[in-house]
Amino acid sequence: MEKENLFGKTLNELQEICSRLGLPRYSARQISEWLYQKELWGIDGMTNLSLKNRTILKEQFNLGITLHSKVQESVDGTKKYLFPTKTNKFIEAAYIPETDRATLCVSSQIGCKMGCLFCMTGKQGFQGNLTSGEILNQVKALPEREMLSNIVYMGMGEPLDNTEEVLKSLEIFTSEWGFGMSPKKITVSTIGIIPALETFLNRSDCHLAISLHTPFDDERRKLMPIQNVYPIEDVIQFVKQFDWAKQRRVSIEYIMFKGLNDTSRHVNQLARLLNGLKCRINLIRFHPIPDTPLESTEVNDIITFRDKLNAKGITATLRRSRGEDIYAACGMLSTKELLKKDKTDY
Amino acid sequence: MKSVKITKIIKVGQDSFLLSFKRDFEFVAGQVIGINIGEAQPARLYSIASGSSEEEIKILFNLKDDGYLTPRLAVGKPGDTIQISPPFGRFVCNEKEAYWIASGTGIAPFASMIFSGIAERKILIHGSRFLSNFYFQNEIAPIMEARYIRCCSAESGEGIYSGRLTQYLREQENLAIDNKYYLCGSAEMVVDTRDILISKGIPYENIIAEIYF
Repeated sequence: MEKENLFGKTLNELQEICSRLGLPRYSARQISEWLYQKELWGIDGMTNLSLKNRTILKEQFNLGITLHSKVQESVDGTKKYLFPTKTNKFIEAAYIPETDRATLCVSSQIGCKMGCLFCMTGKQGFQGNLTSGEILNQVKALPEREMLSNIVYMGMGEPLDNTEEVLKSLEIFTSEWGFGMSPKKITVSTIGIIPALETFLNRSDCHLAISLHTPFDDERRKLMPIQNVYPIEDVIQFVKQFDWAKQRRVSIEYIMFKGLNDTSRHVNQLARLLNGLKCRINLIRFHPIPDTPLESTEVNDIITFRDKLNAKGITATLRRSRGEDIYAACGMLSTKELLKKDKTDY
Repeated sequence: MKSVKITKIIKVGQDSFLLSFKRDFEFVAGQVIGINIGEAQPARLYSIASGSSEEEIKILFNLKDDGYLTPRLAVGKPGDTIQISPPFGRFVCNEKEAYWIASGTGIAPFASMIFSGIAERKILIHGSRFLSNFYFQNEIAPIMEARYIRCCSAESGEGIYSGRLTQYLREQENLAIDNKYYLCGSAEMVVDTRDILISKGIPYENIIAEIYF
């Protein structure tokens, strides 16, 4: 039988494991410290556990930390890491250093089911969910981990289509027995799966980002199939029920497509849709993917769009493009690496 | 969510099942419902596969061995209780002419549309790996006649196109540019098909895809 991984277990799960294996209860906390707070590359390194207990652990568990298999570095310092998964697929994480912070964009799934027209990850189809350990591993195995200040769940996959594993990873990132990060340094981005959104907002204090991309129903249906099931109007109405006036933030992701979602009509409709919601809009230049019918709005037009939003009292910023020379947008590296599907339903 | 009693569960293909329960609500062909057993896990969404006037709601699902819901549903029996949400979703077809393209159990919303009487002047292309997975083909074929194209990638059969539906689409020279194209199936099928249609000059705004959880 294949051994389970220790890395990615919550403190409760570690306590259950210790109980089952006959280890002292306090060993769970010792193990969590080794897993999430110290440098460790093998169960043998858990030196405050007895040799006997380490042997018992090793008989049933692997550590479960995996190094990256490939890295690409941009001229601007952005690095994209490729990690193998236990199912012999690949996921990627993008490390984005800036003057005052360093952000890691992590993946939550292998591929994606959402089929958004503008997304490279979708070209892989859906190949599976990541475990909490595989999500956390992107941080743990990051060579620049000491410099890391922020985590965004904006890599491959829809985080709220893998809610339980994502929530488990958030618990481990933010617990004092885990990585000990502030939830205010972590943002989960979603296209708006309302039931899972409710679960996330009730069980986590991390920031939320919503991929909106157009405020008009008919346009969004053509860009994002999710609009057929959970319309953005319903998503925004739902999000407005929560308190965003304190430390927790909601931001709106808005990729700008030339002639499609960059007009004054869109500014006005965004203002109507977001009325009463304290949020910020991040305007993002579109990096064309192969065979796409979409084009990016010119930078000057994005600035004009931003200014019109600001004039309506909506805080909007133009997100600086990073890592363009290494295809830093989600899915670019792993899609090129993988692409062959071993099994389809058609 | 409300409770309903299962009236029937039958195996209809390799690892796929058709679940039925009595209908006591209205819906529009193409809509989905959430289904659950208990509250341990969130409800999963499934397209309704039956016609809007039928007495029973039918749900087509694939068994996912590592899932929570479908292994329980697959061993369910008449009289067992499940929870369902009201119908919702807007993957509905109001056009006079359209292409309906499905893979695997993605046929469900189109089956509902066909059984609801809106199949006239529609073309249905269904892709599957196995012949046994052309769900509802005995009911669909007499209604759709020559407008029903089955593409099978792993087996051969009479009147069945041998190859993937994406290969079939690549070979087509006269796809109507102005028609709407409705897609339902795996994410791979949707993105591959969408790329092919766009490469053949179909405007992306004429392509509407359903989410397939």
